[in-house]
Amino acid sequence: MIATMTQKKPSRLKAVLEHASGDKRFKILEVHMKKNQFRQDALIEVLHKAQELFGYLEDDLLLFVSHKLKLPPSRVYGVATFYHFFNLKPQGEHTCVVCLGTACYVKGADKIMAAMQEKLKIKSGETTADGKVSLLTARCIGACGIAPAITYDSHVAPKQTPEMALEKIKSWI
Amino acid sequence: MQLDDLNAIAEKHRSSRKKIIVRTCMSAGCMSSQADVTKKNLEAEAKAQGLEADVEVRRVGCMGFCGQGPLVGVDQNGEHGLWEFVKPEDAPVIIAALKGAECKLQRGDPKHPFFAKQMHIVRANGGIIDPERIEDYIAIGGYTALHHSLTELQPAQVVEEVTKSGLRGRGGAGFPTGLKWGTVAKSPGPKKYIVCNGDEGDPGAFMDRSVLESDPHLVLEGMAIAAYAVGADQGYLYVRAEYPLAISRLQIAIKQAKALGLLGAGVFETPFNFNVDIRIGAGAFVCGEETALMASVEGKRGTPRPRPPFPAESGLWGCPTLINNVETFANISAIINRGGAWYAGIGTEKSKGTKVFALTGKIKNNGLIEVPMGIPLRQIVMEMGGGAPDGRQVKSVQTGGPSGGCIPADYLDTPVDYESLTKLGSIMGSGGMVVMDDSTNMVEIAKFYMEFCMEESCGKCIPCRAGTVQMFHLLEKITQRKATARDLAKLEELCDMVKNTSLCGLGQTAPNPVVSTLKFFRKEYEELLQPDPFGPNSNGTAKPATK
Repeated sequence: MIATMTQKKPSRLKAVLEHASGDKRFKILEVHMKKNQFRQDALIEVLHKAQELFGYLEDDLLLFVSHKLKLPPSRVYGVATFYHFFNLKPQGEHTCVVCLGTACYVKGADKIMAAMQEKLKIKSGETTADGKVSLLTARCIGACGIAPAITYDSHVAPKQTPEMALEKIKSWI
Repeated sequence: MQLDDLNAIAEKHRSSRKKIIVRTCMSAGCMSSQADVTKKNLEAEAKAQGLEADVEVRRVGCMGFCGQGPLVGVDQNGEHGLWEFVKPEDAPVIIAALKGAECKLQRGDPKHPFFAKQMHIVRANGGIIDPERIEDYIAIGGYTALHHSLTELQPAQVVEEVTKSGLRGRGGAGFPTGLKWGTVAKSPGPKKYIVCNGDEGDPGAFMDRSVLESDPHLVLEGMAIAAYAVGADQGYLYVRAEYPLAISRLQIAIKQAKALGLLGAGVFETPFNFNVDIRIGAGAFVCGEETALMASVEGKRGTPRPRPPFPAESGLWGCPTLINNVETFANISAIINRGGAWYAGIGTEKSKGTKVFALTGKIKNNGLIEVPMGIPLRQIVMEMGGGAPDGRQVKSVQTGGPSGGCIPADYLDTPVDYESLTKLGSIMGSGGMVVMDDSTNMVEIAKFYMEFCMEESCGKCIPCRAGTVQMFHLLEKITQRKATARDLAKLEELCDMVKNTSLCGLGQTAPNPVVSTLKFFRKEYEELLQPDPFGPNSNGTAKPATK
């Protein structure tokens, strides 16, 4: 049994590394790790870069990172799943992040969220079946002075209403 | 780099200044309304109207009045004007107004209580200097406090000055900063670290974001002085990933400071070395807790650990570590420049200096304010904030985010200091101040915060992990009008248990919003309760099973 385990593990890794050699993004990621001197404490930085390059963190990508930083896969997976910022599933073409911080909440962000969920027929954290829109929530984006705020594809829009939000996503769906 | 070089940079920069300065707020709030386009248009328009030689269009940080943004400030002939709700297409009229033309845009009133009652130490340069140019910071006296510390003060003298100032941690708990510095300085060890906590997770708070975006060098200078005082040579600045603009401005600031020899090896040609690295958070509220934050800096899951040992003795990688909030570090250079005694003269007996608050929610004037400690809450909410909009009444003020509580309108005369707020069952917190009007349901607010804590609980200790879930379900039951008095009693019991048995601050303070709303708005809970079929006053429609 020990023999099969030791055999099995490198083969998966081998496949990942082979796949990685043909993908430029892995190269860029490796350069980034090198910039951090392959330091294990830079794991979160590396995962940020990986998500920026690939859009989300799939298992093979995490395995690649764990191999390069000489960390056990459990540790890399543990960190990737702990932080809300990391996605383990592919995201939609567009993302819509509704801020649900207190200031936005008391000014009606919950109503915006309800309207969006009804329109898109998905819940918070999900992506529409056609892969067009991901609906996410944020705990506070620090834009409380212009609450309620929504981030459409990394652009923050101030003082939103359910009508404005539905109008905005109309062009996406 | 020596003092003469620093002064030369400042002098050169000051003398090259143009007559009129048009300041465009390019902080996250105003940026969301195309402030970057406005700035470009203003530059093009100044050129088109032949004012290029006289007008500098400057990128600046937050001016504070975020609710009226985007803001454009004008410094002309020694006077300071402010335009509100500026759109990119307004550029021509703003430039024309410099030549005396009439402008129909809304003008901000600098005598308005929102501005007049403020006192700026931390935010002194916010909205005035260009956060992406170190020369701007040097020109207003930046990095002289670091120079003074390195060349004229012993590390112990720096600690003493900070102790004398009476400064307390601005992250919320209010631990005396001088005492913390002294402990780290005394801890033995060849390697020590400085950590700046910029994981501003409280919803409704954006003071740190604003300081980092508007004046990054102020924080870096504070960190460097701290490093000298405690004997550290490496610093980490932990910033939330939700603040991309703050991160990019910090990266620029660190690069510029290194290039001038104000960070790195041999600062000001002394033997003092100090490097700062940015660590980007990844969306975990618990990382605002210092031990969890340190785990995150080490690249691990951000789970807290029991204290002691405190970070001052055993922090990052087991080394003594000084960890302070952004705002705490931002106070340091003023304390060194003007003296601890000066700082101690501001505020109340036990709470010294100023505090930055993010005034938001159901209030007319949204934005960022810096006020002396001890100012009555009423002045902040009613005079500076202008009270609730749409003719409604202010019902309560929430401070301290999910760890704080709701202060009812009856207590608005409470002075804002650490002790007074704690006495009311709330906390100073990092500075979020969310105003709620009479249309707000307090049980819903308590549920909102409990849901937050439930989702943000890291799961390490059971009281917090399981307790927050149970409390949330009980609150949900109450809001759905399905709960009885017994459920309410259970909720109170759980509040007590979670508060007293949780491992870290998140769990220990998670019940606060419930406890404080129960204390002041108990009626709202009781109105939602159903008669208990098994209770002592039951109407007999249901009989206990044991009978």
